[in-house]
Amino acid sequence: MADDALFDFLFMEMTNSLYSQNDPAERDASVTKLEQIGFSTGYRLVEKLTKDWPRFKTELDVIKFICKEFWSAVYKKQIDNLRTNHHGVYVLHDNRFRFLTQLSNNKQYIEMAPKYLAFTCGLIRGTLANLGINSVVTVEVTVMPACKSPARTFSKYKLTVV
Amino acid sequence: MSRQAVRSTDPKRVSSELFTLTYGSLVAQMLKDYESDEEVNKQLDRMGYNIGLRLIEDFLARTNVGRCHDFKDTSDKLQMAFKMYLGVNPPITNWSPAGDEFSFILESNPLTEFVELPDSHSSLKYCNIIPGVIRGALEMVQTEVVAWFVQDQLKGDSTSELRIKFVRRLEDAIPAGED
Repeated sequence: MADDALFDFLFMEMTNSLYSQNDPAERDASVTKLEQIGFSTGYRLVEKLTKDWPRFKTELDVIKFICKEFWSAVYKKQIDNLRTNHHGVYVLHDNRFRFLTQLSNNKQYIEMAPKYLAFTCGLIRGTLANLGINSVVTVEVTVMPACKSPARTFSKYKLTVV
Repeated sequence: MSRQAVRSTDPKRVSSELFTLTYGSLVAQMLKDYESDEEVNKQLDRMGYNIGLRLIEDFLARTNVGRCHDFKDTSDKLQMAFKMYLGVNPPITNWSPAGDEFSFILESNPLTEFVELPDSHSSLKYCNIIPGVIRGALEMVQTEVVAWFVQDQLKGDSTSELRIKFVRRLEDAIPAGED
């Protein structure tokens, strides 16, 4: 059973070594890579997490699962606030996001925050994909360590996760 | 509220799976990015080294162990670290007569829990991050070592054997640029 610290260190090192700051095109490519790693991780992880669960009836059930079970399992806490426009856009607020708590608790380093969130976007997108929802997941940070992410499904709805 | 039957997931288990799966995805991505398996091995080792440099701080802060008296002592503490971080207890064997080289036998390895190596990547050292971590961590406590896998379950051996060899003691040096 691997220790939490180990994952934190691996995550930091992965982010740092894959993220290249040189030029914008490369930066985009590296964000895509991190997102892709998150996607395949989320896709496979949720298979194990939902093993003993009955089939989700509605999309909201899926989102609730993400806010509670998934978030507690991966981020050690539940989502603080969930909002939706009932047309497929969900906004999830996390006021103490695991990957940002060690970084800063004000605006310092805020320009560094996005690279630590690409993995999470992919993770959620992969999770949703495996549960049958195509989505676009974006994330924004106004004050660290809070973050909120809106996600959107291509077909009919958006999902926002902050 | 029909769905309240609680199926709580074990946080430790999930945490371990998250780690394993993330590592797997990372390796898969690197295999796409780099041309040869050797280059991936090198990158994994380098990443491990960087993790080791930081992990040692965490280890020392959480365990209160002091300086190692000798390499035997170092091996015991490494075993402790394996227990703490990976939850495995690998036996220490095959000491060299000079006492500067030993092996860990890994029966199970959390990193390889869901892994199967395709034949096309026979020279990939999947777990190469572990030797890197050990090298990095020990360097921070003035011990230079080299570590490598002699046997690997993923390659069809019955166990995984991690060999660690003491190179030298590092002296406290003046930082570069200040002489």
